[in-house]
Amino acid sequence: MDIFGKAAGKQEPSSKSIAKERLRLVLVHDRASISPQLLENLKEDLLKVISSYMEIDELGTEVTLNSNESSVALIASIPVIKINRI
Amino acid sequence: MGEVFVITSGKGGVGKTTTSANIGTGLASIGKTVVMVDTDIGLRNLDVVMGLENRIVYDLVDVTQGNCRLKQALIKDKRFEGLCLLPAAQTKDKSAVMPEQMKDLCLNLKNEFDYVIIDCPAGIEGGFKNATAGADKAIVVTTPEIAAVRDADRIIGLLEAAELRNPTLIINRLRPDMVKKGDMMDIDDIIDILAIKLLGVIPEDEAIVISTNRGEPVALDMNSSAGQAYRNIAKRLTGEDIPLISWEAEEGILGKLKKIFGFKE
Ligand SMILES: Nc1ncnc2c1ncn2[C@@H]1O[C@H](COP(=O)(O)OP(=O)(O)O)[C@@H](O)[C@H]1O
Ligand SMILES: [Mg+2]
Repeated sequence: MDIFGKAAGKQEPSSKSIAKERLRLVLVHDRASISPQLLENLKEDLLKVISSYMEIDELGTEVTLNSNESSVALIASIPVIKINRI
Repeated sequence: MGEVFVITSGKGGVGKTTTSANIGTGLASIGKTVVMVDTDIGLRNLDVVMGLENRIVYDLVDVTQGNCRLKQALIKDKRFEGLCLLPAAQTKDKSAVMPEQMKDLCLNLKNEFDYVIIDCPAGIEGGFKNATAGADKAIVVTTPEIAAVRDADRIIGLLEAAELRNPTLIINRLRPDMVKKGDMMDIDDIIDILAIKLLGVIPEDEAIVISTNRGEPVALDMNSSAGQAYRNIAKRLTGEDIPLISWEAEEGILGKLKKIFGFKE
């Protein structure tokens, strides 16, 4: 994905777009680590929605933000116990 | 009853003290009564930016500890009748002031003045809590740099937690030439990231260095663009609908202005 908004050709991304992208990433981390509460709320909401489709192990559920140098992903691990027949 | 504004940023050196001095002076120049309070205990600066350093007798800690009456500690500005400074203590312990005392102080001050402008120290610890304790509204200062915007984001979160909602933003030290070349984040980029209302933009301007050398706030310099920008901010605080100056709006945000300034509430 062209996250730096590079124009056609081999132009270097402007230092401003590099700054903006780095800032965006750093703030995802900052904001997430400042509010574990946010992840906890998200987890509860997820459980609510999913449990109307299948039986899940609420205690075994984990919701985390996983990050590497260039991206941040929301990872949810939700053990399924039983799927309801439709 | 007046209004208490705290000028804050998280990061040091982005222009809080300069902004406090010039908003105070700008408001006084349009006839408002204003008191500026320096809460940066141990790193007193607002007095020298205002050129009032030789008149100090008592300070903020003298007031909160009851060594003098509030009126005795207020230093009258040389230029405007209605403008006063309550200086920070330079030698006393930072923990000498408590948030409850600041609340009382702000209440007393806003009974006497139209505006109370509080210059907040850098950081997010005690000094920040004192500075924000008695505030009605917050103004966040940032520069177009990653570290400053990041700290501003953190401060906005902390302000919200302290029930100081909907702070407004001043972007300081903007260089339109660098923005044009794509080497500096522009107004839109920063507003987009922080998602708060823009109060104004101050250009990088050597007139600020010169005026600080002289102890004459740049808001009094009719020929400088930074002075103009600060005077406009002061007017916006009084509820006037002043558009951004042309160079500020250079990046084509003119259309968005009406949306950004919801100041006529
Ligand atoms: N727009 C500007 N243009 C040029 N110099 C500036 C500008 N804003 C602030 N400065 C300078 O930057 C330095 C830090 O400003 P200051 O107001 O003391 O920051 P803070 O109170 O946030 O630490 C001062 O020397 C000041 O003169
Ligand atoms: Mg300062």
